[in-house]
Amino acid sequence: MANPIKLQINGKEYETTARPDTPLLYVLRNELELNGPKFGCGLQQCGACMVLRDGEAIPSCRLPISALTRSKIRTLEGLIDEDGNLHSVQQAFIDEQAAQCGYCLNGMVMAAVALLEKNQKPSDEDIREKLTINICRCGVHSRVIKAIKKAALNS
Amino acid sequence: MKNTRRDFLKQIGYVSIGFSLVGPFGFAAGGEYGQPLQRTLDKNKVDAWLQLLEDGRIRIYTGKIELGQGITIAVKQMAAEELDTDLSLIEVAIAETGVTPNEGFTAGSQSIESSAMAIRNAAAFAREAVLQIASEKWSIPTTQLKLKNAKIFGPDKEVSLYQLLEGRQIEKTIHEVQQYRGKSIRKYVGRPIPREDIEAMVRGRQVFVQDLRFKNMLHARVVHPPSYRSTLVYFDSSEIKKLPGLIKLIRKGNFLGVLAAQEYEAIRIMEQVKGFVRWDSSRGDQLPAGKDLEEYIKMLPVETETNENIGSPETVLQQSTSKVKASFFKPYLMHAANGPSCAIALFEEGKLHVWSHCQGAYPLRGTLAKLLGMPEESVHVKGVPGAGCFGHNGANDVAAEAALMALEYPGRHIRLQWMRDDENGWEPYGTAMAVELEAALDNSGTIAAWQCDVWSDGHSNRPNGNPNTLLPAYFLEEEYGHPGIGYRGGAYRNTVPYYKIPNITVRSHMFQGPLRASSLRSLGTYTNIFAIESLMDELAEKAQKNPLEFRLSHALDQRSVDCMQQLKTMVKGVSKERDEGLGFAFSRYKNSASYCAMAALISVNTDSGKVRVKKMWAVVDSGETINPDGLKNQTEGGMIQSASWALKEEVKFDAEHITSLDWNSYPILRFPDTPEVQVEVIDRVDQPPVGAGEATQAPATAAIVNAIFDATGIRIRRLPVDPELLKAR
Repeated sequence: MANPIKLQINGKEYETTARPDTPLLYVLRNELELNGPKFGCGLQQCGACMVLRDGEAIPSCRLPISALTRSKIRTLEGLIDEDGNLHSVQQAFIDEQAAQCGYCLNGMVMAAVALLEKNQKPSDEDIREKLTINICRCGVHSRVIKAIKKAALNS
Repeated sequence: MKNTRRDFLKQIGYVSIGFSLVGPFGFAAGGEYGQPLQRTLDKNKVDAWLQLLEDGRIRIYTGKIELGQGITIAVKQMAAEELDTDLSLIEVAIAETGVTPNEGFTAGSQSIESSAMAIRNAAAFAREAVLQIASEKWSIPTTQLKLKNAKIFGPDKEVSLYQLLEGRQIEKTIHEVQQYRGKSIRKYVGRPIPREDIEAMVRGRQVFVQDLRFKNMLHARVVHPPSYRSTLVYFDSSEIKKLPGLIKLIRKGNFLGVLAAQEYEAIRIMEQVKGFVRWDSSRGDQLPAGKDLEEYIKMLPVETETNENIGSPETVLQQSTSKVKASFFKPYLMHAANGPSCAIALFEEGKLHVWSHCQGAYPLRGTLAKLLGMPEESVHVKGVPGAGCFGHNGANDVAAEAALMALEYPGRHIRLQWMRDDENGWEPYGTAMAVELEAALDNSGTIAAWQCDVWSDGHSNRPNGNPNTLLPAYFLEEEYGHPGIGYRGGAYRNTVPYYKIPNITVRSHMFQGPLRASSLRSLGTYTNIFAIESLMDELAEKAQKNPLEFRLSHALDQRSVDCMQQLKTMVKGVSKERDEGLGFAFSRYKNSASYCAMAALISVNTDSGKVRVKKMWAVVDSGETINPDGLKNQTEGGMIQSASWALKEEVKFDAEHITSLDWNSYPILRFPDTPEVQVEVIDRVDQPPVGAGEATQAPATAAIVNAIFDATGIRIRRLPVDPELLKAR
């Protein structure tokens, strides 16, 4: 068995014995039992599996854990504070009811959090551009844009 | 039977930290799976729909499944209203065999019309029943009693419903109730009450079947063949068995699956197995690659039926000097769920348990039992939400494949999630269709005659008891035959225009097409209304009338008029720039459900021919509105999805198989290109509530193509819109 790999996930250190080429997504879902990141395509085309790597939103479905030993990973669950309070983006998604099936929601929230960290007052165009990778089949795009603008106002 | 926390934990399997036990997110119901609840499933009985819980709360059972359409909150609102009970005291259990009533499929925008209405009636009747029981018990007239928050209040006493019935359920036969509180009081109904599952989603709780975890669960993947009719001629089992991590290789005829303890191992093994197998794909028909699909489907053998014949359209058309004729085509479209289909199956002590995001737990159970040669009673299917499916996608198929593997590896939960190419390559598509229309105007510019011919494959091959409605039937040794055309009505749905027209003929020509086909959101309505509303625009042009006024002058009823008038107000003041167009459309889904008037503002890039839908407006009348925000959400989503179908989507294939296997080869609209959408609802409390989930699909595309004409003078008759047609010459 390979040497364990140390990862920093949601502020905690985690050691895994998974194969070094295992994409982060499977470690998050199956070892850490996190439900936020979802398998959507396994091809980095849809964004359902997005996480924050050092603050940048990226798909985790092809990201080998061996490349992440120096990275800080944050997932949807890691946006919630210790008292259970939601991040302003999470709250705005509830307020705007910005979901139908909700399978894509994780990626949209993560992309939005990354956007707002760099741009506190994004325009519609900024939001559309940033969320280009995020596929939504149900068509909640308009609500998501509203939610992100609302989160920007509230944060 | 009491539903204890222990049972509940067993029911949902492994519960991760932070998972809420109070959530209605598809899990909060049912009994321990090995030991079915002693529940009546008789839809005529109150307790089939409504259960009084020991903690004083009430559980509602719906035979429908939550697909993101918001049925859970709608059902809850309707029950809360009739029982005058706070929403927090009501939970909802979704489709599960042996637990919820059998309500067939969650399809055709019927969740509100059938399930929610049955629950409303059961709850209203239950209200009368419990007041009567309390009245008899306390010898107090019902007029002095009140039901509120799942308690009965008398002049100087109160008791929970559970205590009142001393642990029994309301086992009475339901009679139709004359008056619903939902029609008059509307404390819960008709209000935009937020869905509770969205908070669960943003918190990363277990919501989806993909999120279920069981102790010692194994991960499965399937090695699908290169084509529908490929046969497995060779596989090197000794090499395959050496693959690290493989727990079991399962071969049944041409079905090949692998089991591993780790999900990524299962994926790697599946990919490596492809190098150790050989398929023969020479048998059977090749797909009609490179052919004009519109011509091809019209040349296939057909079974023709006349579906409508009013007056004498042929004579009128022959004699008319003012006619418009056009042909329309729509390609195969895929459901393309964002989350690939997934199921978990466990075979234990002779019983098969399946967790599935299927649209019909009972129909899947019956069909699975046939496929596996098991008695129906030995199969248990529990509905759990999945990614939005928009019709019959791979949900049942993946469940059948997981079940096949579970039978080969008893005692362990087998989780199978399809890869993206499995989903895109094997789901049953919405069929390609062609429509030919001809219409005549009289001297006053009014439509005098209408003739429609529609070519279509079937629109429903849902699990129906015949194993050939499940994908593995293609692969197993036994010959199950082609499922055939299936439900014909989907093809000519909405072929009769919802307008005043004195002479109409509709003929449908059913073919059996080259690709696997079944129900996709709105079935044939999408293509039929695209054609009708395009022709209405052409007729308006010929009659030299404003397109919206032309429709209004042919409106069948006041509700149609109201929708179109309100739309007119919404778009008043919209200004068009150069190369922009504004288009309109109207339809009433199934000619009996929701009304929808639609407008679209588009712009055309004359260099690239690319169309951008900038904004869309819709007015919907779905009768009585249960949850206006839910209705708007469904409508907005339908508009954006329809814009994607119109501009981007087409299932492509070569001679062997589907080639649209990922989001690059099956592109859909993404954020930079999705329209802004605005929806207004006409709430008609005096009318029955009707389904709305499919009502916008067709008029949205029709409004877009009419807007393209407005901008360019070019009529779009084939979908998806071809930018080549729109480049400046």
